[in-house]
Amino acid sequence: MVDVVLQNIKKAFGDVEVIKGVDLHIEDREFAVFVGPSGCGKSTLLRMIAGLESISDGDLMIDGQRVNDLSPAERGIAMVFQTYALYPHMTVRDNMGFSLRLAKLPKAEIERKVNEAARILKLEPLLDRKPKALSGGQRQRVAIGRAIVRNPKVFLFDEPLSNLDAALRVQMRIEIARMHSDFDATMIYVTHDQVEAMTMANKIVVLQGGVIEQVGSPLELYHHPRNRFVAGFIGSPTMNFIDTQVQNVQAESVTVSLPGGGSVTAPVKDRGLKVGDKITLGVRPEHLLESGGDGQIQGKVLVVERLGGATYIYAQIEGNQTLTAEIDGNSPVKVNDAVTLGLSGATCHLFTTDGLALEQAARHPLAAIDRGHSVAH
Amino acid sequence: MTTLANQQMTAKPAKNTREIDTRPLLWPSVIVLFLWMIVPLAMTLYFSVIRYNLLNPMLTGFAGLENYTFLFEDPALWTSLWNTLVLVGSVLIITVVFGTLFAVLYNAEFHGRGVARLLVIAPFFVMPTVSALVWKNMLMHPVNGLFAWLQSLVGMEPTDWFTNYPMLSVIVIVSWQWVPFAFLILLTAIQSLDQEQKEAARIDGAGPVDMFFHIVLPHLNRAISVVIMIETIFLLTIFAEIYVTTSGGPGTATTNLAWLIYSVGLLQFDVGYASAGGVIAVVLANIVAIFLVRTVSRNLQQG
Amino acid sequence: MQDDARRKMWTTALAWFIALVVFFPIFWMAVTAFKTEVDAIATPPSLFFTPTVENFQEVFARSNYGRYVWNSIAVSFGSTILALAFAIPAAYAMAFFPTKRTPGTLLWMLSTKMMPPVGVLIPMYLLFRDMGLLDTVTGLMMIYTLINMPIVIWMLYTYFKDVPNEIMEAGRVDGATPIQELFLLLIPLAVPGIASTGLLSIILSWNEAFWSLNLTSSNGAPLTAFIASYSSPQGLFWAKLSAASLMAIAPILVVGWMSQKQLVSGLTFGAVK
Repeated sequence: MVDVVLQNIKKAFGDVEVIKGVDLHIEDREFAVFVGPSGCGKSTLLRMIAGLESISDGDLMIDGQRVNDLSPAERGIAMVFQTYALYPHMTVRDNMGFSLRLAKLPKAEIERKVNEAARILKLEPLLDRKPKALSGGQRQRVAIGRAIVRNPKVFLFDEPLSNLDAALRVQMRIEIARMHSDFDATMIYVTHDQVEAMTMANKIVVLQGGVIEQVGSPLELYHHPRNRFVAGFIGSPTMNFIDTQVQNVQAESVTVSLPGGGSVTAPVKDRGLKVGDKITLGVRPEHLLESGGDGQIQGKVLVVERLGGATYIYAQIEGNQTLTAEIDGNSPVKVNDAVTLGLSGATCHLFTTDGLALEQAARHPLAAIDRGHSVAH
Repeated sequence: MTTLANQQMTAKPAKNTREIDTRPLLWPSVIVLFLWMIVPLAMTLYFSVIRYNLLNPMLTGFAGLENYTFLFEDPALWTSLWNTLVLVGSVLIITVVFGTLFAVLYNAEFHGRGVARLLVIAPFFVMPTVSALVWKNMLMHPVNGLFAWLQSLVGMEPTDWFTNYPMLSVIVIVSWQWVPFAFLILLTAIQSLDQEQKEAARIDGAGPVDMFFHIVLPHLNRAISVVIMIETIFLLTIFAEIYVTTSGGPGTATTNLAWLIYSVGLLQFDVGYASAGGVIAVVLANIVAIFLVRTVSRNLQQG
Repeated sequence: MQDDARRKMWTTALAWFIALVVFFPIFWMAVTAFKTEVDAIATPPSLFFTPTVENFQEVFARSNYGRYVWNSIAVSFGSTILALAFAIPAAYAMAFFPTKRTPGTLLWMLSTKMMPPVGVLIPMYLLFRDMGLLDTVTGLMMIYTLINMPIVIWMLYTYFKDVPNEIMEAGRVDGATPIQELFLLLIPLAVPGIASTGLLSIILSWNEAFWSLNLTSSNGAPLTAFIASYSSPQGLFWAKLSAASLMAIAPILVVGWMSQKQLVSGLTFGAVK
């Protein structure tokens, strides 16, 4: 039962506060992903958990023990670094065995553990090579192997895939996810790539400016973003935002006007809105329809990007706003065509002027599901 | 409740795991360097205000600024300062000009570039006493030297370099040693010049001369200033070359500040007087040092 | 295309002409080392002569040459090892555990290098005289350690800064203490940097000619001081001077050629790389 609890964690460099009070509970065997734009404090937070940065204020508990003042090695964590940080002067074998050697384990036991990790990661033929004789993917494996042999309570990953090419990244993503199921270990993973976050996490922690914007399962963040920042950060291409007004307020739904005169009714809780209030309508590109829908917006196609399976169009609509829509790859749409984009009320998000989302009247059925690996509670 | 309060108490003085006590690592160096800097300097300052002559133990006592007064009234001081200035100034001009031209030349593509570069930087690695003697005996000797023979070939009287042009001779020798230094530094600097910037300038229609004055020279600006400052520090106290060639002469023709202090202190054993000269050397060097430290520190902040 | 080729030809000619002129004194010295004394001072200079190694033998036989060589080796290697022993921990502390005072400390160390040796010549001479260090290898070694230490610390600092911090952090996560980080990770990683720093320190000590001329005369004198003794009128044996000089500069010339890149950053305190 290894959980990681952060209580009002703060970090200041001089007068600059970069982590402004973070409360978070990462449960046993959870795969938590910290995600956010660069400079949001996600790496700092991870390094504080690792013990590489001091904690200015607050409590950090690992496995029920307060570890603020413990050295990294005493915290029972292992870390995989962005640059892998392999020891260039040691062989793969020595790299993986270094922590055990420092812990003064008997030679035979070190040998056994290193061989075991090498077997799992298919590194056996490379054990006597130096890191510079390895490919990027192999180095990545060694870095993971170095973490495995320590048998840590918590694995920490600091953007471990960002130095790999696209194909390898997908492959390693799958391997790390598989590793998580095999080891049943608690893992904390930092990335700026929301695709990695969506595909790997049980729990995504979205950070911005040193504070947590939202914590939740991938689909919860996708379907129920708490505010405009999370809505824009999760999902690709990014969500469209249209500035508009409230046209009507009913029980459990709000109707807003659309550019060009139409309107759409979203099933959300109104939170005391009045007719005529300013509001932002958010709709994801993949939820814009080429025809049909509960409401329509007229526009002119500016740019067409054909990806094969899908086509992205960028359309100019009334009020000099631009909408991105993901439509069928076989659509014959051309630049300068007039298009009518349809919205269905159920996929609309509404944000009040303070950036907060109006809560959906019904939870999305998949919002509570995770990667398919059931967390034992 | 009390445990929580305790926890917060201990959490307050943010203990950085990185902040280990580095004093045992750092202090040995700091202490020996501090002693090395302060003890002899304090002694120089102290000697400079007392009467102290190794040949005359009866001469003692506080001298006040007497040593300095004598020194400032001594024409030898002003000659030596002038000689120092001439020596440092000429060598700086020669080394920077030739160093820059050589850097441009040897940065171009040509056959055997690597070896040619090695030949040009070689004099910098020759110990000063060797280079001074080779020049003095084998090249500039008025009878058997190579230059004398070359002059006789074209029907000229051989020149007695160290008698007739003592300062020029010293300048030639010192420049021969330091042009390679300037060249080495400036070549390294020129190699970091962005190739695309040069190509962009060429597309904009810049010829070789424009290129040199508008692209290369501005790029070398900082490297040249570093060369000037470092050379100045070394050249201010040129000693070995004078020691083996002219011994400061004829007369005081090649007596620079370093040689003056040496001859007063260790040849005439007037410690007080020589120390006053030492203080002046320190002051002069520090003026240069301030500029150098400023340049380097700017560099340090850049990363 | 033809223009380019012609230009390259002219560049080659000019560059090689200059290179040979600049290198000529060294070449001439090397040639003279293999002449007889008569050939050495002959006018016109003898270009075709029977090379002899007599001079080298005589230098060794007549002048305790071996002792001076040994003194040079002892002084330059000894001072380099001492300087490294002081500098490695200091540079490690400043590179990996920087404080607010670190930049100031570094600049201060650099500034000690700015002190002109003549400014402190008299007190050092008297201190050495009183402590019995005049004309000893130990004394010279101490001075060289001190004058090279700022450069050595600076160079090591720049090299250590280039070692990725993540590797040291990985070591910390693996449970290494700061001392283990230094000995098991940093030093093995920085071997090339430490080696070139050491080479620079050896070159500078080997060629140093202010303190060696002033503080030593025979027993503790290195090659710089020994060669200077050829400046006296009775020492006008050019062939032997050349032989002794050639042996004195050849090893350091080779070392200098090999480490010129590192020399630049070392000599300019990292201001030019």
